Amino acid sequence: MCLAIPGLVTAIETRFDGTVRFAKVRFGGIIKEASLEMLPAAQVGDYVLVHVGVAISRVDEAEAHQVFRYLEEIGELEELMPLQDDTAPHQRIEARGAA
Amino acid sequence: MKYLSEFRDPALVERLVDELHKVTTGSWTLMEVCGGQTHSLVKNGLMDLLPAGVRMVHGPGCPVCVTPVPLIDLAVRLVRDHGATVFSFGDMLRVPGTTHSLSQAKAEGGDVRVVYSPLEAVQFAQANPQKQVVFFAVGFETTAPANALALVHAHRLGLRNFSLLASQVLVPPAMTAVLQDPNTHIQGFLAAGHVCTIMGLEEYAPIVERFRVPIIVTGFEPVDLLHGILLAVQQLERGEAKLENQYARVVRAEGNPDARRVLRDVFRVADREWRGIGTIPQSGLEVREEYADFDAKVRFGLEDAPEPVATGCIAGLVLTGQARPTECQHFGSRCTPLTPVGAPMVSSEGACAAYYHVARAPVQLVRGGRHG
Ligand code: SF4
Repeated sequence: MCLAIPGLVTAIETRFDGTVRFAKVRFGGIIKEASLEMLPAAQVGDYVLVHVGVAISRVDEAEAHQVFRYLEEIGELEELMPLQDDTAPHQRIEARGAA
Repeated sequence: MKYLSEFRDPALVERLVDELHKVTTGSWTLMEVCGGQTHSLVKNGLMDLLPAGVRMVHGPGCPVCVTPVPLIDLAVRLVRDHGATVFSFGDMLRVPGTTHSLSQAKAEGGDVRVVYSPLEAVQFAQANPQKQVVFFAVGFETTAPANALALVHAHRLGLRNFSLLASQVLVPPAMTAVLQDPNTHIQGFLAAGHVCTIMGLEEYAPIVERFRVPIIVTGFEPVDLLHGILLAVQQLERGEAKLENQYARVVRAEGNPDARRVLRDVFRVADREWRGIGTIPQSGLEVREEYADFDAKVRFGLEDAPEPVATGCIAGLVLTGQARPTECQHFGSRCTPLTPVGAPMVSSEGACAAYYHVARAPVQLVRGGRHG
């Protein structure tokens, strides 16, 4: 019901005597129309999130990359981790204490 | 497809699952508020990938599921007694009322139509001035601005044959109601990303503070959901309770100011009954008096229909995370998507329907190399 999907704005036109902006938005292979009344700053080339025929948000590319950067970091940290370390942290501490 | 397939990448899903297993030492219960998130978790088999210590329970975030029976009855009366053309989103048609669903009213010759967007109902009203057109405006904060916009368009066009039957609910009061329930065991929330797209973050800070629960505003793709769960578990393991925004590519702190303005102009906040749960104070949106001409209840002089008869449906417990759909006596026997007893079996975002479909067609795990 709250399904909203990102699509690319390919064209913008106005209606109602120029007062209302509508966009053509491409989702994969399909092009649909979306009202831009709640996203007045949207431009051709933006990715926008469309819900029941209304564009409700612009997708921020920098923020999207932030998530991927974080996920990459998790991956890299793993590679930096010392070798065969599959013991739980407290076991490691105990082992050290016993040595 | 940009910003979609990237967030379904099995390698990233695996990385998040590994990290989640690594950080989880305690035992935590989280609620995803939104039915769209429930659908994605169940459909993608994500719950099977979680550590034993992390339990997801499903929230009340399915607007179709919480629309009370008396409102369905009003919509049915508009079709049968007033000869109105009633438009709504597809899922609403099969939700059972006291005697009829909208699709049964349609089968008996009533004019009931499904639309993708409320704006289409306005176009239809403009093209068919001899018909009284009612849009059954169901939705959370995500959808309410589009419903409001339909009313604004109709007003701008001077239409005398278009009105809204409002069935709109607000998420933060429902989260508060869930936390106030003495039986609750919810320790953290994934907040509904698209609701926050409109409303922003400010409504959630007081809930975090008052109940000391982490709230993570989260998206809908597998990577989003697992990332949201990870952020919540990290907080719980550290003994923190903060508001975090996992879905910042779409959700701004202030939400969408233009959408909020339309909402405020057209609707007012009111107490509201949630199907199966009861009345939650200040949790609904009704048409403002200034727009009474466009309020179907006013236009047709509708009075609330009587309370429905008991059916044995435990939707209230399911929608507040206190029972799994499979614990319901009717699940899969009397109650199926074709013969729904309760609303959560109708909508694809209803927890009962999600469990029913998965029981029929076992999920392919994202991890097994599935590309969404
Ligand atoms: S299985 Fe059907 S009857 Fe049971 S709680 Fe779900 S919707 Fe209600």
